[in-house]
Amino acid sequence: MTAVATRQIQFREALREAMSEEMRRDPRVFLMGEEVAQYQGAYKVSQGMLEEFGPRRIIDTPISENGFAGLGIGAAMMGLRPIIEFMSWSFSLVAADQILNNAPKMLYMSGGQFGCPIVFRGNDGAGGQLGSTHSWAVEGLFSNVPGLRIAIPSTPYDAKGLLKTAIRCDDPVFFLESERMLGNKGPVPEEEYLIAFGVADIKRAGTDCTIVSFGRPVHFCLEAAEKLAAEGIECEVIDGRTIRPLDIDTIIESVKKTGYCVVVDQSWPFGSVASEVAAQVYERAMDYLDNRVYRVCSDDVPAPYSKVLEQAMLPHAGKIIEAVKKATYLA
Amino acid sequence: MTMTDPKTALQPVDRVEARTRLKWLRDMMLIREFELRTMQAYQEAKIGGFCHVYIGQEACAVGCIAAANPDDPVITAYRDHGHALARGMEPRYAMAEMFGKTGGCAKGKGGSMHFFDRRTRFYGGHAIVGGQTPLGVGLAFATRYENEVLERGEKRVTLCFLGDGALNQGALHEAMNLAAVLELPCLFIVENNRYSMGTAIERGTAMAHDLSTKAAAYGMPFYQADGMDVCAVYNVMKKAVDRCRAEQIPAFVEIKTYRFKGHSMSDPQKYRSKDEVAEYEANDPIRRLADALIASGDLDEKAFRALSQGVRDEVRDAIAWAEKSPEPDPATELYSDVVREPFGPYGPTTLPEMCGHEPGAIADEQ
Repeated sequence: MTAVATRQIQFREALREAMSEEMRRDPRVFLMGEEVAQYQGAYKVSQGMLEEFGPRRIIDTPISENGFAGLGIGAAMMGLRPIIEFMSWSFSLVAADQILNNAPKMLYMSGGQFGCPIVFRGNDGAGGQLGSTHSWAVEGLFSNVPGLRIAIPSTPYDAKGLLKTAIRCDDPVFFLESERMLGNKGPVPEEEYLIAFGVADIKRAGTDCTIVSFGRPVHFCLEAAEKLAAEGIECEVIDGRTIRPLDIDTIIESVKKTGYCVVVDQSWPFGSVASEVAAQVYERAMDYLDNRVYRVCSDDVPAPYSKVLEQAMLPHAGKIIEAVKKATYLA
Repeated sequence: MTMTDPKTALQPVDRVEARTRLKWLRDMMLIREFELRTMQAYQEAKIGGFCHVYIGQEACAVGCIAAANPDDPVITAYRDHGHALARGMEPRYAMAEMFGKTGGCAKGKGGSMHFFDRRTRFYGGHAIVGGQTPLGVGLAFATRYENEVLERGEKRVTLCFLGDGALNQGALHEAMNLAAVLELPCLFIVENNRYSMGTAIERGTAMAHDLSTKAAAYGMPFYQADGMDVCAVYNVMKKAVDRCRAEQIPAFVEIKTYRFKGHSMSDPQKYRSKDEVAEYEANDPIRRLADALIASGDLDEKAFRALSQGVRDEVRDAIAWAEKSPEPDPATELYSDVVREPFGPYGPTTLPEMCGHEPGAIADEQ
């Protein structure tokens, strides 16, 4: 944490504050998506915003992700600053052509003529027994695409600062939230602040093993680090905060200090964010490693419904503790 | 509507002077000549990738764009050369783009299917069938937003062109529904050339004989025009544009046309007969307008030959210019224009030469 604050607010309130502040600041910003207006947000993120900003700027859509994602991109090409809410990133798959072909490549294909200053945001990762179609962690899939930025906050403080940066960004940003964290409370100062992209946050300092993570699993890493500390292993937990750009420098600096690295990522292991971090660590710090990099990802299976099976599939503190012990030759 | 008999005069055009119709003729001739030279350059391997020419459909882009204002956004699919030229892109920037040169309208990064021109509010050439239609609705959303929230600008309409092949893409139906429920001034202009690649419209599209049903499903006004008669296209589009502008509503326009050449440069055309092609070629929109202008005394054969020579010279110069334009330098161009705010390996963005390299001078948007 970089700021001292006494006020505690929910993750969803932090997101709402970020959007509302930016909408007050810039009339080109609008929010569009399913149930964002009259319903007050499927997850109450946009609660009260219709009342403040009116129906011209808080806009309900039909269930047409491909259509309204494309609408947002067209509006961004003309200089507006859309925030497009996906109720779940799982539903963004039906908008793949718009969000992967058009948003990130328009500037390049038009030879620098038409940029796409747009934010797509919504819930990412397992929501809790939703089955495979609703449990997508899209960061593995989408971080393969050049031209976009991916932000994935783990705390209300980071969520607010990163979302404000996302809305002001002249390029497309995919903003990955988590339904499981929307009610989490954390300190958020009253005064305005922004968090730059590509700047990781060391959520816990340590000397024995580097743990890198993104989004919700950061909390599992902190839980694991707490338990490991009781056993005398001091882990350094790095919250990447953005995947693109990736703050590899902070990660390398830590690995050079600890000599060990575990990457925790809720996407699937094959071609994952964890794989990319591991590859970059090998490229940049091979000689500083005293063991191979260990990855903790979701298991390489479709997300199951059963509570037991789902828990078995997802990253959790137990898996992280095991990986750290293996990485540091304690197991 | 009935298709105009090619042997009879074109539809009379209200309040359009002969010199305007002469400009339409020249615009169509320029597109025709440009496309013939494009085919030639493709065969000479000066142009790569996929390439789709507009020959036969010239009256669609020219008639529609003539009915719109210069600040009305225009967007289309991959068969985009005609729209870009009709909108006012200089042929040399279009040709250089296909040659993959730095002087191209997208600095050689887009190619034949991805033409863009900020100065003329041409929002592209889009190559995934139907993918441009939600973008078109977004352009219409933005014009309305500018009027009503930002309180600036005049009422505008968006011309969103598509082919009949896009009629069965989900994107179009989502886009039409959104335009209807959000009341956005987007004209969905279907250039019905009867074939989506090699599939005849009847084989792929329900209710192909009556596309007004598509408009009815979304409660939009429906318009239809003979796409081989530029005057008919203009007349119908003028009505549609004026109504959509005034009422800020969407509309659906079918323009019955035909492409004289294959779908792309590699199409053996086994799905249609030579007789069918010949029948449509006899109904050539350029010849028809020229004949009408000659019949009305506004053009003679000598002037027509001069027009022909003029467009030949212009396209020849475009090719010469494109050939001289430098190849992009990977050291500077590969990693530029990926993002507006550089990070990591990505460099800064610059506008193409066509735009004068001055961001502020082009448009106040963005």
